Amino acid sequence: MRTTSISPWKQAFQSGLLGGAIAVLLALVGMVAAFSGRYIVSGVFTMGQFLFLAPILFLAYMTLRRAPQMPPFRLLQTGMVSGAASGAVIAVFVLIGSVVNLRVMFINASPQLYGILTFNQGVGIGALILLVAGLLLGALAAGIILLPERTRKTIVQAALWVFTIGLLRDLIVTVSFRWGPLAAIIKQFFAVSGLTPVGAAILIALIGGIRYWQLGKNDPHAVTFFNNTKPTVRWLRLGLAGVILLLLPPILGIFFSEILDNVAMYILMGLGLNIVVGFAGLLDLGYVAFFAIGAYVMGVMTSPELGFFNMTWWEALPFALVTSFIAGVILGLPVLRLRGDYLAIVTLGFGEIVRLLVLSDWLRPWLGGTQGIQRIAQPQIGNFVFNTQQELYYLFLAGLGIVAFIAWRLKDSRLGRSWMALREDEDVAKAMGINHVTTKLLAFATGALFSGLAGTIFAAKLTSVYPHSMNFLVSINVLSLIIIGGMGSIPGVFVGALVLIAAPELLREFAEFRYLVYGALLVTMMLTKPEGLWPEERRRLELHEEEHSPAVSAD
Amino acid sequence: MIRNWIQRITLTDVIVWGVGILILTGVVWGSIVTLGIGKYSTATWIDLTISGLALGGVYALIALGYTLVYGILRMINFAHSEVFMSGPFTATFAAQALIAIGWWNRYPWLSLLIVMAVAAAVSSSIAILLERVAYRPLRGAPRLVPLITAIGASFFLQYTFRGLYGSGLKAYPEMEIFKGVWMLGSVRIFKTQAAAIVGAIVMMLILYGIVQYTKLGKAMRSVSEDKEVAALMGINVDRVITSTFALGGASAGVAGILYLLLFPVANFFMGFFPGLKAFTAAVLGGIGNVPGAFLGAMVLGLLESIGPNLFLDGLGVPAAGQLKDAIAFTILVFILIFRPSGILGERLTQTKA
Repeated sequence: MRTTSISPWKQAFQSGLLGGAIAVLLALVGMVAAFSGRYIVSGVFTMGQFLFLAPILFLAYMTLRRAPQMPPFRLLQTGMVSGAASGAVIAVFVLIGSVVNLRVMFINASPQLYGILTFNQGVGIGALILLVAGLLLGALAAGIILLPERTRKTIVQAALWVFTIGLLRDLIVTVSFRWGPLAAIIKQFFAVSGLTPVGAAILIALIGGIRYWQLGKNDPHAVTFFNNTKPTVRWLRLGLAGVILLLLPPILGIFFSEILDNVAMYILMGLGLNIVVGFAGLLDLGYVAFFAIGAYVMGVMTSPELGFFNMTWWEALPFALVTSFIAGVILGLPVLRLRGDYLAIVTLGFGEIVRLLVLSDWLRPWLGGTQGIQRIAQPQIGNFVFNTQQELYYLFLAGLGIVAFIAWRLKDSRLGRSWMALREDEDVAKAMGINHVTTKLLAFATGALFSGLAGTIFAAKLTSVYPHSMNFLVSINVLSLIIIGGMGSIPGVFVGALVLIAAPELLREFAEFRYLVYGALLVTMMLTKPEGLWPEERRRLELHEEEHSPAVSAD
Repeated sequence: MIRNWIQRITLTDVIVWGVGILILTGVVWGSIVTLGIGKYSTATWIDLTISGLALGGVYALIALGYTLVYGILRMINFAHSEVFMSGPFTATFAAQALIAIGWWNRYPWLSLLIVMAVAAAVSSSIAILLERVAYRPLRGAPRLVPLITAIGASFFLQYTFRGLYGSGLKAYPEMEIFKGVWMLGSVRIFKTQAAAIVGAIVMMLILYGIVQYTKLGKAMRSVSEDKEVAALMGINVDRVITSTFALGGASAGVAGILYLLLFPVANFFMGFFPGLKAFTAAVLGGIGNVPGAFLGAMVLGLLESIGPNLFLDGLGVPAAGQLKDAIAFTILVFILIFRPSGILGERLTQTKA
């Protein structure tokens, strides 16, 4: 937290050490090894290498950006100090690992890992390479800062695009499979994993060229199709988005449609939690309970296995929704008086109580205990049954359309403004005549309703429900996605779901590290950009105000 | 007077009290039925009581971390359950090493001390790191922000340790001296349980002593009273806060070893439930209050241990033991609703400053 008194050298050295430590941590938790099979540029650069080299570059870059103005040569030197320090940390780790068997304690400290870290060149040469790589990355960081803005943006954006395209190779190749002649061309760019080196070079040149030309036009306020605010254009844009959404399942194919379903389900829940947390400011950690209630009511009502009601999906839907809504009110009532931390813990406890009850032998005759409920009905219109992933997508989409519309209209309604008033200051809001009881209860109940809806479709999707799919982690997924997207922001929910739900499913190696990354993301997000990726305007303003208070100032 | 009171009652109060009375009736009725049938012998009840006390001791030491931090920063350190997990999880490796060099059963007390020191050191370091990285930059931010950070940090730590040490269960080796039972008259007591109870009480006394009688404790109490005035009086507030986290962490680390004596397996998820229950205990006793944490933890341990057999059995719930966690959470919910200030209901500073 001390700022000016430390010399830039020392600071660079320290942050270099930090970068190295992050890289070693990533290696030890197993991320580097797990991703080393996934090439970004085939035969040249893997995601694993990216993971331990990126912290070096990033920390060097951050040091230089924070450091006071200095001449280019000093900047270069400082960057290299930072980079070399990072490289040295990794090298020392490898050297220690080659002498002591760290594997007794750290399961990932395998010879394979050391091989990756030393670029398969043996310990001695590898350590040297690491140092040199650190120096080069530090120099690169300085270079990025020294370049003029237009060139810098071009290079950085081209690199990011190529990185993303390389990672999404499977998706792109599978999807473009049916595009005839275009498919053949696209296939030329990709190897078995990642881009081919030639493809990567062409892409860099292509994207770089386009971006350079675009940045040269340099009129940020130019009206294009994407930022035009004329109503007709806006509707056209919305219509276009709708058509694309409708066409997605046939384009993506069965496997990716399942991912799409999951994303849609989480968006549905996210929109609900967004009302509770984002609009009304009530941190609810037991949100999965309502999802479970929706799914289980659907199960109990329709499953012939339990044989209580044997309804169809559509007949059971109102019951499931009403039950979720009432459950929201029931949870809301007792916690009306609680705020902040206590509220979070009570809702967490509530979620766990629901899960434990469902799991118990006590309620087994009604809820199936650990076995769950099977043979849940699937929705049917006429003779058409929604049963494949692609068909169910349309059900999700319909639900999503309705829910998103409701959420969007609620946001600026009288109720929505009452929620925000309560969020900002409960006492003042009460004094202004807002009935905090109904307002809060409606927030809980609406959120619960949306989550219950997601649960009913989820039940139809799997045709079975198990207590194990109703754990605390679901709540955390939903909470993370609305926070990363931006609390209170409806587009933020979509962005958050795409980043947090789609990305781990597209990169299978990621699954194991999902919550580690979520956790880190939540912390960094709160430290650096608490308003989220796609912030709601009001919250952004509010949080920027905070930046001026001394307590928040970073070093 | 009464009319006034009646007018102020809202529908919410009626429903909340109604549910409360319903549950209380259920508990009383269930207990009467169970005791009436005489399904369990006195020995069983004594066994349950002792295991409840042992569990309570462990919860007390964890709860202390919540309470100390709350007393000073007025925030709930959500990631404390991971602070608790990190120490004992790491200490299992120390235990393995001690077995390898043959000290484990030759110098059992020394080994126990080493293992505890390792656990306390790791938990302490994690707690300090947590405060430094995740909480300190956010002091003075809107309330939701540090709370979310804490949740994030909790998951980050959990899955980092999963990545470092693996997702499997790590067995904590048994010690010869803790095998078997002691007989106190006709009362049978497992040696591990006795060790946990004694260990928890000793540790609790030490920590209470630190808070009450040392210079650091005095500084902690004054910071909890008023940060700015404390700073004016020449107290280094940041350092005091760091020490508080360290103290809470160390206590959680020791608690972790006692926990491993009772349930000898460690894994990355071991912190979640004890952490949540210790939080319940801290709230039950009155958060911010050191003796309160102890009292709350003991009450919770007993309820959790005796409860399923006492009242759930009487109500005809099969396999009532499955619901012991649900009991703890129900207590938490109701305490927070009816008496958020807990049993003792005062903060550290108001009683003893």
